[in-house]
Amino acid sequence: MSASETNYGSAIRAGFEYLLSSYPKVFAIGQGLWSPWYVGNSMTDLDRKFGRDRIIDTPVSELACTGAAIGASLCGYRPIVVHPRMDFMLLAVDQIVNQAAKWSHMLGGQVSPAVTVRAIINRGGEQGAQHSQSLHAWFAHIPGLRVVMPSTPTDARDLLIASVLCDDPVLYIDDRWLYERSEVLAPPRELALRDQRCAIRRSGRDVTLVGAGYSAFLCEQAADQLSAQGVDCEVIDPRVINPLDEATILASVNRTRALCVVDGGWRNSGFAGEVLALTAEALELGTLRVPPIRITLPDAPAPTSKTLEAIYYPTVESIVAAVANQLR
Amino acid sequence: MAAKPTRPSELGGLADPAEFTAPIAIDGVEPETLRGYLRSMLKIRIVEEVVGELVERGLARAPCHLGIGQEAVAVGVSAQLEATDRVFGGHRSHAHYLALGGDVYRLLAEILGKEDGTSKGMGGSMHLHGREVGFHGSVPLVGATIPIAVGAGLACKMDGRGAIAVSYFGDGAAEEGVFHESMNLAAVLQLPVLFVCENNLYSSHLDIGLRQPSDRVARYGEAHRISSVTVDGNDVVAVESAASELIGAARRGDGPALLEAVTYRHRGHVGPREDVDVGIRRSQSEIQAWKGRDPIARVANAMQGHELLDEPALHAIEANLREEIAAACQRAEAASYPADSALLDRVFAETSA
Repeated sequence: MSASETNYGSAIRAGFEYLLSSYPKVFAIGQGLWSPWYVGNSMTDLDRKFGRDRIIDTPVSELACTGAAIGASLCGYRPIVVHPRMDFMLLAVDQIVNQAAKWSHMLGGQVSPAVTVRAIINRGGEQGAQHSQSLHAWFAHIPGLRVVMPSTPTDARDLLIASVLCDDPVLYIDDRWLYERSEVLAPPRELALRDQRCAIRRSGRDVTLVGAGYSAFLCEQAADQLSAQGVDCEVIDPRVINPLDEATILASVNRTRALCVVDGGWRNSGFAGEVLALTAEALELGTLRVPPIRITLPDAPAPTSKTLEAIYYPTVESIVAAVANQLR
Repeated sequence: MAAKPTRPSELGGLADPAEFTAPIAIDGVEPETLRGYLRSMLKIRIVEEVVGELVERGLARAPCHLGIGQEAVAVGVSAQLEATDRVFGGHRSHAHYLALGGDVYRLLAEILGKEDGTSKGMGGSMHLHGREVGFHGSVPLVGATIPIAVGAGLACKMDGRGAIAVSYFGDGAAEEGVFHESMNLAAVLQLPVLFVCENNLYSSHLDIGLRQPSDRVARYGEAHRISSVTVDGNDVVAVESAASELIGAARRGDGPALLEAVTYRHRGHVGPREDVDVGIRRSQSEIQAWKGRDPIARVANAMQGHELLDEPALHAIEANLREEIAAACQRAEAASYPADSALLDRVFAETSA
């Protein structure tokens, strides 16, 4: 990282700082927010700068804290409830799925919980089955809940700002494996989340690679390596997986006529399958030159043993090999 | 194996319908206030009877949970609330909305799925909304609005304008983990929240003796170091008086409080039935005994005893209400359903350009 670059974790922190400085109704609540290590470098010293009334460290109560954030959002606040590991957030699913996602619709559009639920994917390091999950596909299944997965430092900051300023409930998912990714950041921008589309991270002719969050980063690196082999990849980073900008994906696959979806979740009923399904539904018969493929986790819980962990997660190498094989 | 009671009631006489049947004590309460309570309770009672008829006529198809017999709780608590307070309810919340001054027509329209309803016909009986009177929402997931009310209490504290949040729930919700998380969080953050447990001694078909080792829910508040009071929930003056003290303390910044109001629903868990066939220990004789502690009859009898009311006046109040409510119901039956576009238009508050 050069001196002028900012990494993903610091970019999230910059997003918080922008929001807390600009909007008095923004606050953060969750476990570990007064600790230097729960959420990496993504919230360091925010409690000192903005006070512990706005950066609230909490009892071990994911469900009540998520509900409390929703309650405050109904009263005009813009809370961010932080779950340092997505696995633990499952204790709060009633509030996210049954409450936040549904209040606008079932109360006739008269209220909308403008809450941001921040879930961190934190895996690897032999942490095992309950400290590793990427459950974005579960939540993208829910109407009324916007699901955001930034892959770059710029998006980590600007989509956090967009999520908090959005009137709808948003699940913002960041990934600890991206925290060291760095780039030069322009000044923060206030984007309308509803208008965000997939980003084409790299244009190419031969095959469309689609991956969200860390998978987008893997796809970009795989595209670099495939380029050296003469394969010209187009990389699509959805950025927001619910509602999904289908048009950008379909247009790309129409051009390349080949599709590989990479996902850090499981295969069955997962995000990768959804992308394959929408192309199968919308593209003219015969558009695809080769059968589409998906590269996902195997349908097994995350292991702890390092030998098993080494074969568990998709890697740049596994993507390169699979795409080369697909196009052969 | 048939379950049987093994422990004596900690609520004692409050759980025994043979007791607390006399006219309530009304000394020192303004006659106008009492007339307001009586009218409000009667209104809620008649509205819910009408809802029961809508169910029987097949017009209201969604689950309707009636609180007939429990009217004194919402009326007593609401007497201490302002429109700027933030009230949340559960599956049995018609009374919570109406006692705050909610509109009868809009409630009935909602129950019938009409666009004019409290939730624009998108919620039905179990998802009510009336922010204009301070009612911010009710949902049927048991206990789900308890932490939401705590968050509203956090907002009240951050606002610093003396408003409070109120969470209505039943004795069944006291068995949900979120109730305890919520009380703990409210206590740690010292939030202005009044937890109101309407302990009607039943959750669905099971009575509390089959579900908890004690029938006194206030013990949970004590465990969380929250000021907790148990009252006769069929005595509107007792409820109002306890609520006044607890709400006053919450407004002054003393943190959360728990009010347990012991009451009883005359009807079954859902719909107009009495559930004597599905309750493990619910019987016609028990229902009849509890009707002897009817909250409306007790305030009316007390007022008559103090010559603040006579039979013709009572009948006149009731007749006027029945007429108003019947008219509202007719209007609601004739009202329009939501446009088909509402199905997708309301999924998100923000729509793309």
